[in-house]
Amino acid sequence: MKSLRKFMDRIKPAFYGGKLSSLRSVYDGFDTFLFTPRDTSGPVGVQVHDSMDSKRTMTIVIVALMPCFFFGMYNTAYQHWLAAGAIEFPFWEMMLYGLLAILPMVLTTYIVGLGIEFICAQLRHEEIQEGFLVTGIILPMILPIETPLWMVAVATAFAVIFAKEVFGGTGYNIVNVALTARAFLFFAYPAKMSGDHVFVATQPILGVGPTVPDGFTCATPLGQIATAQGGDVALTGVGDHAITAADAFWGFIPGSFGETSTFCILIGAAILLLTRIADWRIIVSVVAGALCMGWIANVFETPTYPGSYLNPADQLLFGGLAFAAVFMATDPVTAARTRTGKWIYGFLIGIIAVLIRVYNTGYPEGAMLAVLLMNVFAPLIDWCVVQANVRRRERRLVAAENALDATEDKIEAEEGRAS
Amino acid sequence: MSEKISNSKVLFNPLSKDNPVIVQILGICSALAVTAKLEPAIVMGLSVVAVLAFACVIVSLIRKTIPTSVRIIVQLVVVAGLVVIVNQLLMAYAYDVSKQLSVFIGLIITNCILMGRLEAFAMGNKPWPAFLDGVGNGLGYAIILVIVAFFRELLGSGTLLGYQVVPQCFYDAGYANNGLMILPPMALIVVSCIIWVHRSRNKDLQES
Repeated sequence: MKSLRKFMDRIKPAFYGGKLSSLRSVYDGFDTFLFTPRDTSGPVGVQVHDSMDSKRTMTIVIVALMPCFFFGMYNTAYQHWLAAGAIEFPFWEMMLYGLLAILPMVLTTYIVGLGIEFICAQLRHEEIQEGFLVTGIILPMILPIETPLWMVAVATAFAVIFAKEVFGGTGYNIVNVALTARAFLFFAYPAKMSGDHVFVATQPILGVGPTVPDGFTCATPLGQIATAQGGDVALTGVGDHAITAADAFWGFIPGSFGETSTFCILIGAAILLLTRIADWRIIVSVVAGALCMGWIANVFETPTYPGSYLNPADQLLFGGLAFAAVFMATDPVTAARTRTGKWIYGFLIGIIAVLIRVYNTGYPEGAMLAVLLMNVFAPLIDWCVVQANVRRRERRLVAAENALDATEDKIEAEEGRAS
Repeated sequence: MSEKISNSKVLFNPLSKDNPVIVQILGICSALAVTAKLEPAIVMGLSVVAVLAFACVIVSLIRKTIPTSVRIIVQLVVVAGLVVIVNQLLMAYAYDVSKQLSVFIGLIITNCILMGRLEAFAMGNKPWPAFLDGVGNGLGYAIILVIVAFFRELLGSGTLLGYQVVPQCFYDAGYANNGLMILPPMALIVVSCIIWVHRSRNKDLQES
């Protein structure tokens, strides 16, 4: 550790005024990443301190994502073992398999995303922002496990450049970066992002894991509903066993890496709510919106749209809606800022997500599109809320002035009578 | 009246400095619609060059006789006549492409570049400069269309002018065509990338 400190000190002059001055923020970034900054403000004078800086916020979000992440590792392997027809489930081997399956994706997003952030910071002569830390881990969690790495890299680059850096970097993006990357993949390479081939890992990795027979397929529950031909659908998991609501709640269903377990998402939600990073209004209103639309769809159930046979609570258990409600919709940068606005924003996300799910069978899961759409509308919602507030206060002011005038007139009249 | 500008400027300014698409942001709709493949983009570009050049000449010739109050309608009639001719020619000699372009040849009538050039230039200038201006603006439009279509067809379909360019071994190695490139939003993003590059090379065009 000491030798590392010495090394950093030795190369410092090159970045401060030396040959590599243009890379100064890279040096600063690494320096503060490795060591506690030494030049902190002294005990003299007035400084405003808040321990919740963006670095801590990001760290807590990552901690909140961890239950989903670990469960994702387990479930990826579990589905793989099931697909191979295994009877025994060796825990540690499965966790190793899950880790090996997800690690390349996480590394890809971080290398590509942070690389672009570093380059942009150098070009702008700014400090490197921590904004990508969460995006980098959240993106692999909302992708099918079999997504090719080069696609992940292309999507990450696209999303970081076009959803974030062109708008001014961390904190200025109008749409969620991770969801932009996913939407990019979804529209650019639909064959790798939906269907019945991509959600269950089929290859042993580095000799870990059993072999799955060729031609194995298994769709996600929502995928099965979207492709079903009329009537109530009997959902089946890997190996043709029926999927129960309990399976879906605990997360033992095929799906994107981190989104399957509603239970783990609830743990994450608890962490985010206790630390007040996520706003409970958004989460509650998304859930309310989804239940409401799910109920309406269920009341008017029709064989044309098999999704309408799902009971409203199941809408929350399957697919990525719960994950989107807790980790995507609550992103403070892209969500609505006003309190009333948050209720409207969340409620509409819930409604649109289920609407797309049930009535557009081309898109089995609507949560991604719903959040992106409402991200775009969030500033408008805020504007309307603020304008309504301004108008209400204006009316109140006018009313108060009128009342004042009336009393003054009355007093004058009485005075006139008295004299 | 407008100040005197040299003929070469009239012809070459619209290619880069004063490009109708990436500087004046006109004619964007058709840029989205016809650029999924290179061939229709080239045909569309040439059609616009032809229509614009001749419309400019005709309007410039009759500019003194057009009553001001009905000039837009007169311009529209001229453009519409030319568009019908181009459309018939395409149907006769390039039927497949004209089917791909469908209504967009007809919609040249509503292309903002045409009305803009006729109003701003042809109505106040002699036929020869007006002709050069029409050709220049048409080419400026065509160039952008071709660049956008080049990237969209290459990345979206792996072909250029219908010929397979991306070799099969790429696909065997796991490469896949980018389906998003075929969809209209990508045309906007490619155009915005061109604007980005263009502005960063021409400092005087950058807005603060």
